[in-house]
Formats: sequence, structure tokens, C-alpha cells
Amino acid sequence: MKTTGLWSRFGANLTAYGSTLIFLLPVYVLINLSIRPADDLTPPVIPSSRPTFDNFITAWTTSPLPGSIVTSLIVTSISCLVVLVIGTMASYPLARSTSRLSTGTFYFFMIGLLLPFQLALIPLYIQMRDLGLLGTVWALVIVYSGVQLPFTVFLITTFLRAGVPLDYEEAAQIDGCSPLMAFWHVVVPLLRPALGTCVILNSVGVWNDFFTPLIYLSGSGQVTIPMAIFQFVGQYTTNWPLIFASLLISMVPVLTLYLLFQRYVIQGFAGGLKG
Amino acid sequence: MSSSGVEVPTRSGVPPVAKELGNSPRKRRRIRSVGRDLWWLILPGAAVYLYVVVVPTVQGLQAAFTDWSFATVGAPNFTGLENFTRIFTSDAGPAVFRTLQLAFVVVVLQNIIGLALALLFNGRVFGRNVLRTIVFAPMVVSSLVVGYLFKYIFGPPGVGGVNQVLAALGQDPVDFLGNPTTAMVIIIVTILWQSIGGNMVIYLAGLQGVPSELEEAAALDGAGYWKRFWYVVRPLLAPAITINLMLGLIGGLKIFDQIFALTNGGPGNQTQTIATLIYAYFSQYADYGRSAALALLLAVGIAILSIIQFSVLRRQERNS
Repeated sequence: MKTTGLWSRFGANLTAYGSTLIFLLPVYVLINLSIRPADDLTPPVIPSSRPTFDNFITAWTTSPLPGSIVTSLIVTSISCLVVLVIGTMASYPLARSTSRLSTGTFYFFMIGLLLPFQLALIPLYIQMRDLGLLGTVWALVIVYSGVQLPFTVFLITTFLRAGVPLDYEEAAQIDGCSPLMAFWHVVVPLLRPALGTCVILNSVGVWNDFFTPLIYLSGSGQVTIPMAIFQFVGQYTTNWPLIFASLLISMVPVLTLYLLFQRYVIQGFAGGLKG
Repeated sequence: MSSSGVEVPTRSGVPPVAKELGNSPRKRRRIRSVGRDLWWLILPGAAVYLYVVVVPTVQGLQAAFTDWSFATVGAPNFTGLENFTRIFTSDAGPAVFRTLQLAFVVVVLQNIIGLALALLFNGRVFGRNVLRTIVFAPMVVSSLVVGYLFKYIFGPPGVGGVNQVLAALGQDPVDFLGNPTTAMVIIIVTILWQSIGGNMVIYLAGLQGVPSELEEAAALDGAGYWKRFWYVVRPLLAPAITINLMLGLIGGLKIFDQIFALTNGGPGNQTQTIATLIYAYFSQYADYGRSAALALLLAVGIAILSIIQFSVLRRQERNS
């Protein structure tokens, strides 16, 4: 603002940095505790006098984390890819056709945004059990592909209607492109911003989801990262330095990607959630 | 300059401009339906959607009115509204009420703090992008992990971080998570720490849409900071406020991970919410019918909120 004086600017900076420090305090405790031996019982705000890296090594070697990172990567990448492909395909006719059937189908997909997953939980559990998929990553891939679909269809369809003019496709068709080729070579490249938002929101959602693997992977050897943390915490309830080392390890992949692409992630969240 | 000789082409009573702008019929361009030839592109998505979402949800709806459980052999019996009466006479009644309370408190605080941070970071703050990145960061981390972090920080006397600090300062320890009231406060703090960055970012995006000329004009007219905020900025933020309120309420109703990590519904079921009870009925009691009935209540609540959001946003768009 234009009229702000030196003092109010100083005050604004002070408040901004103060509140950010409050946000960072738990992270500081997390790091500080994870690098101290288990018998160091000084308050967690005081920097550790005997920093050690042992907790990380123990957490890495005794927890299911290493395997779970691979499992999480597989689940997240496959389900995001599936959702993106079938979501983009479904959105195109929904956005372009003006028939009543198409509008109705779009709203039919949108109902999925309202339904809490818990309602479908048990019947889907029985289905997966009957298919023999319980405890495998495929149960998760199938569930996520369906659950994430309404939001993806919503984002891409609204983007197509508002941001991709029909002229390009018509020009391509006049030049002899088939409708399918026009879709693939003209429309899909123009969709890149919306696809990026979908990838970011879906992958963060799947990567961090705990409830679905808790239901469909319980009691199996294959675990995703949140499940691995859950099991590890259950095993070492009181050894907080060790637990915190495992928490930090679990945060590294997603935080690294976030810091690298922070501008796009924040834009994606702000834009995507706004709808 | 005199306008006395100029004929103003106005028919009596009707201002000439208003008619043109107000009632012009919406132009509907007839476009050739490009997508109709490719209607079959929808098939894989529709098949997955039907199989994963629609069919199980309808089955879940039916299950809400039956006595379906782990022990059921063959088809479960239709029991009408019995599941719902059992829900409201057992500990689920308070849990439903608690969920609403939790969602309400979380939403109010999220929006006050989120908006305050957005206003702060929208001003001239040195390195504000770095600060924004830090405050938003918890949003991308697993909420289970955040739950465990705060479970230690507010852990029992002798173990928890805050209690160790209190002991070092010679103060009495507090069993934060062992007391239902303080446990709810800790749950709220945990949710806020993780989610406020998201509210802030939505408000920041809204603030970008406020033209600076408008604010400067108000400042020249002598409006102070709060007057400028209330009369200039706030009306332009209305869509962002609606979105934040509704996303917060819907998310608040569904809260599961943080409570699961922090208290697991304890002590004495006093921090159970709808989502944690749905899981408890499913996993501990294998009472599928009651679990589904509770999920149905959740669905109804979310649907009502979403319809309100939709109509409010519609009205805002029409007014602007």
C-alpha cells in the first residue's frame, strides 16, 4: 500500500517473520529431536549437544520405509497416469458436445465430487476381496483411478470450455485432420496447464493418502509411505528420536519436489481448488 | 459550450443505454458439435467411474438400512432406520455433534489467520515468496506424519516436548492429550498448522485480483487501512471467502488422519468424529450396516454444504 510509513513497514516485516518462525518451530523440533541419541532428555528446543546420524540409519534399515517409497512411487505414478488418460479422454466430448445427454453425463460425473469415499468403502472392500486384490497395489490403483476421476474431469472440462477455442480444431479439420487426430495433436498440447494442475493435486493426494491403504493394504507386506510410518510408530511407540528420523525420511521426497516446483504447486492448489 | 440546440434522442421515460445493456438476449452461437463424433472417448472413464464410485456407493446406501455385519451369511436383513436410531442413541450422537463443532471452529480460525497472513504477505515484506513457500509447505506433507509430530510435541508429562519445556521452567505438567477438552484443542492446532497455508494461498490469489488503482483512489479520499479493507478489498474477495469456507467445512467434516494419529478417538471415545467412527465400526466391530449409515450421514452433510456453496457462488457471479 502506498501510504505505509517506515514504522508500519517494519511492523509488517516483524509480524511476517514472527509468524513464519512459529510455523517453523515444529519443524525445528522435528529435526533437532531426530539427530539426538535416545537417552538425551534435554528439552527439545535446546540444540542437541551430541548430534548423531544413527537414528536415520536405524530408521532406514529397520523400518519398511525403503520398500514403501517404491510402492508409493508405483501407486502414485500408475494411478495418476490412468486418471489423466481416461479423464482427458472423457472430458473432451463432455466439453465439446452440446447435446443434453452430454450435459447430463457431466453432472453425473460431478456427483462424484460430493460423495464421501466412506460410503463406497465397504462394498468396494468386498469387491476387492472377491477379486483377490486386497493387499496388492492394484486395489489402490483401481480405487484412486475412480475416486480422483470426477475432480480431473471437472478441471479439464471447464478448462476446455473456457480456455481452448474451437477454432483450432475446426482449422485442423479443414486441413484434413480426422477428429481423433485433431484431439491428439491440437487439443491435448493446449491442455498442458490444466494437466499440470491435475498431476500436482492428484499425486500429492495419492502420495499422502492414509485411509485407503489402511483399509485395502492392512495386514499385507506391501505398504505405502504413510502405512510404513503407521507401522513403525506402532512398533517403537516411545523412541521418539527414531520415529522422528523416520518421519523426516518420509517427508524428503515430497518436500524436495515441492521446493523445486513450488511456484507451480502453489499456483496449482490456488487455481485448482478455486475450480 | 451549450447543448440547448441538440436533440437528445430519448423516448420519454426510458433511458437509452440501460435497455441495450440490461435485457440483450444471450447470444447463442450454433456450433458444430465436434466432440459428438468422439463420444466413445468417454467409455473408459465412465466404466471406471461406475465400477469404483457409483455401484459401490449405491450398495453402501442400501447397506445403511440393513444389519449387514461380518457375521452375516447370505443376504443381510432390511432393518429400516434402526442403524440411525442406534447411532444417535449411542456414542455416535455426540461424535456427530463434535464433528460439526470441530469443523466450525477450524473453519473460522483458518479463515481469520489465513486472511491475515495473506494480507501480510501481500504487502511489502522482504522475501515474501520464501515466507509463503514455508507457510504453505505443510500442505504437501502427509497429515498422518503431521499428526505424529504434534503427538510428540504435546505428549504426556515427562515425554512430550511442551511438557519438557514446562518442567525445565519449573511449571506444572499438563496432560494435553489425556484430557478430552485439551485434546480437541491440540487436534485443532494440528489441523490449523497444516492447512492454513492453503487458505492463505487462495486469499493471496484473490488479492491479486484487487486493482491497486482502486485502493489508491480510496486512500486519496482519506480511507484508512481498515476502511479500505472493509469497503474495497473485502467485497472483491467474496468468492475466495466462499471457497475457503466451504472447502474448510467439507474438509473439517472428513477429518480423519490427524485424529487417528493424535488420539485415535480417545480418551474414552471423547474425540471420536464421524470419520474415525466409520473406521472403528468397520474395523473393530465389523458392523458394516452401522458404518454405512454413518457414512450416509456424512454424505448428506457434505451434499447440503456443497449445494449452499454452489448457490452462493452463483449469486455472487450474477451480482458482480
